[in-house]
Amino acid sequence: MAYKNYILVCGGTACESSKSEEIYKNLIAEAKALGVEDQVQVVLTGCFGFCEQGPIVKVLPEDSFYVQVKPEDAKEIIEEHVIKGREVKRLLYIKEERKPYEEVEDIQFYNKQLRIVLRNCGVIDPENINEYIARDGYKALEKVLFEMKPDDVIEEVKTAGLRGRGGAGFPTWMKWNFSKVAEGDVKYVVCNADEGDPGAYMDRSTLEGDPHSILEAMTICGYTIGAHQGYIYIRAEYPLAIHRLEVAMKQSREYGFLGKDILGSGFDFNIEIRLGAGAFVCGEETALLQSIEGHRGMPQPRPPFPAVKGLWGKPTVINNVETWANVPVIINKGGKWFSEIGTQDSHGTKVFALTGKIKNSGLVEVPMGTTLREIVYDIGGGIANGKRFKAVQTGGPSGGVITEENLDTPIDFGGLQRIGSMMGSGGMIVMDEDDCIVDVAKFYLNFTVDESCGKCAPCRIGGKKLMNLLEKITDGKGTEDDIAQIKKVALAMQKGSLCALGQTAPNPVLSSLRYFPEEYEAHIKEKRCPSGKCKKLIRYEINQDKCIGCTACARKCPVGAISGEVKHPHKINQEVCIKCGVCKQTCRFSAVEIK
Amino acid sequence: MPKLTRQELDKIRAREEEKLKKRDIHGKTTHVVVGMGTQGISAGAKNVLNALSDEIEKAGLENVILTQTGLIVSDKAPVVEVFSPEKGLVVYGNVSVKDAQRIVKEHLLENKILEDKRIQVEE
Ligand SMILES: Cc1cc2nc3c(=O)[nH]c(=O)nc-3n(C[C@H](O)[C@H](O)[C@H](O)COP(=O)(O)O)c2cc1C
Ligand code: SF4
Ligand code: SF4
Repeated sequence: MAYKNYILVCGGTACESSKSEEIYKNLIAEAKALGVEDQVQVVLTGCFGFCEQGPIVKVLPEDSFYVQVKPEDAKEIIEEHVIKGREVKRLLYIKEERKPYEEVEDIQFYNKQLRIVLRNCGVIDPENINEYIARDGYKALEKVLFEMKPDDVIEEVKTAGLRGRGGAGFPTWMKWNFSKVAEGDVKYVVCNADEGDPGAYMDRSTLEGDPHSILEAMTICGYTIGAHQGYIYIRAEYPLAIHRLEVAMKQSREYGFLGKDILGSGFDFNIEIRLGAGAFVCGEETALLQSIEGHRGMPQPRPPFPAVKGLWGKPTVINNVETWANVPVIINKGGKWFSEIGTQDSHGTKVFALTGKIKNSGLVEVPMGTTLREIVYDIGGGIANGKRFKAVQTGGPSGGVITEENLDTPIDFGGLQRIGSMMGSGGMIVMDEDDCIVDVAKFYLNFTVDESCGKCAPCRIGGKKLMNLLEKITDGKGTEDDIAQIKKVALAMQKGSLCALGQTAPNPVLSSLRYFPEEYEAHIKEKRCPSGKCKKLIRYEINQDKCIGCTACARKCPVGAISGEVKHPHKINQEVCIKCGVCKQTCRFSAVEIK
Repeated sequence: MPKLTRQELDKIRAREEEKLKKRDIHGKTTHVVVGMGTQGISAGAKNVLNALSDEIEKAGLENVILTQTGLIVSDKAPVVEVFSPEKGLVVYGNVSVKDAQRIVKEHLLENKILEDKRIQVEE
């Protein structure tokens, strides 16, 4: 008998950690227990992107969108929805009643999105190659192997205008062409799945939700440049992505999409996984190749570029996960189709991981040229808890802040650069009025200082120096000369560092200085942190008129800094206070104030 | 010898597309909804649903989407609603398994309303 219902369970890591695996198993078990296992197919898919509301369970054909589902809810979903045909109202995202033939009211979060890279995420079972095939999977490979010459492929990718999604936005076709025309019969194809930016999980989700698309794209590139071996470099901290890749590779070998004489074309290609230990610098392409070769992952001078002299000295194309995921679609739909999406400067879409002080955090894919305002307000639903928007950081530790005045800038590679940030890999962290801009700059710098490989002095010493200057400022010991110092050190790092880690490390500081000079000044001149974040610059005080002496804060204070008699105003001993802010959170009468 | 030839891949793709299409709810224009409230179920709505499902499958109707709902309340259970661009919303009452087969044949395939089973429901 045909299935009457299909239940799609979001199985990305974000939801994995909130028990989607258990939900999946429970749904199957309940369907069995209630004797309807032949009427409903339960599928564990990749990420739906709407992580704020996860785990998500979608039931078809009714298109019921259940959010924040718990393993215990499985029984009710089977009993009520599948057997009795009644939607489980309390789990629905949009609870308004509707007739079954009425379209589900659009979910704002998805409205402005366009899914090319994430086309299969949340739609297919990533561990089932047949479902990938059903969605035009391996069709591009077939087309390339039998109907296109290597130059045709390069031409198509050129027409598409695809630029690398790993950060720098280098034209993909050029890279491929360098390797194609390079001398030598041994060449390599590498997928960069190191993804180490704080807050970023685009690549992980793509691999988890659609691993075959990466395998297919790498094989297409292998054919194009004349390589027979590919490597996927992925951090060991991504166990689910690794597992899904392994399953996909096994199935792909069984079907003969990998291995010898692929589909009878005579072309051979293999892929292996290489695990990284999770050092951020290993995402830099030359360091990554060093690491694959078994050396310590340290950046090397370029040129020579990997496309000419890469892995074991051989021509090597290295692309980012998201770059790869675009390739099969470009081949299937044509470069022209792709080039019409986006802006003059950047074509196609970009995936962002939207996090921070935003209502709907999650994974979003939008056409290039979408404005930040659309992402933050229309898709992200605006700032959480009714706070005021302050800025968005794009480009992670290499990028910068974007403020209110630039919210309407169309997002593409050039546009972001012009306003002092960069595309980066796609992390997008939203800040509100409670975030201190100096503190944020410190956070990113701290990250790069930690992750510097230490090979060259400007990065190693300059980073520390910058960090000390920022600390001085947030400690209330800054002087006006420090700003000039920051600019000097930053320049030295930009000019003298070997790799982009060091060259771009000062960006968050410089960009925050550019857009929030008054906030630096408040720290330096007035010894004041306007957002009340920098501990050394604030004091917690109890407003004697508001305090009713309930003693709640005194009991919560971890260092016993608060004293006072019951029903009499309390006081904080500033000598003892560690500025943890627990008293402010505890007080129900808003008596604790930041000074 | 390759493990999979292009012809074999074509076959697999055609078969799998067919399977996956059932999950795709876009572009389906005709909705058949079976009332599965408590009265509906005790009046045999489940058998009606199964019959509809089998017949739609057999007829290879791809633009039809079959769903169930607990919302329809009527003293003429089991109730089946058919919503199509051609005929709009038509509601049938006291539907039997035989009627279900007729709905697929006459309404869905031949575009003829089964006037004898039609009921009026006030909104
Ligand atoms: C410190 C540092 C870290 C990087 N991390 C990554 C990463 O995690 N993933 C990635 O794809 N590219 C990363 N890159 C960029 C790569 O060096 C390289 O440009 C990219 O893999 C090229 O692929 P694309 O052309 O498809 O963007 C990093 C670069 C630097 C300097
Ligand atoms: S810039 Fe920093 S990370 Fe890059 S090579 Fe130099 S020390 Fe290492
Ligand atoms: S919790 Fe608030 S009201 Fe209660 S003692 Fe502390 S400051 Fe006073």
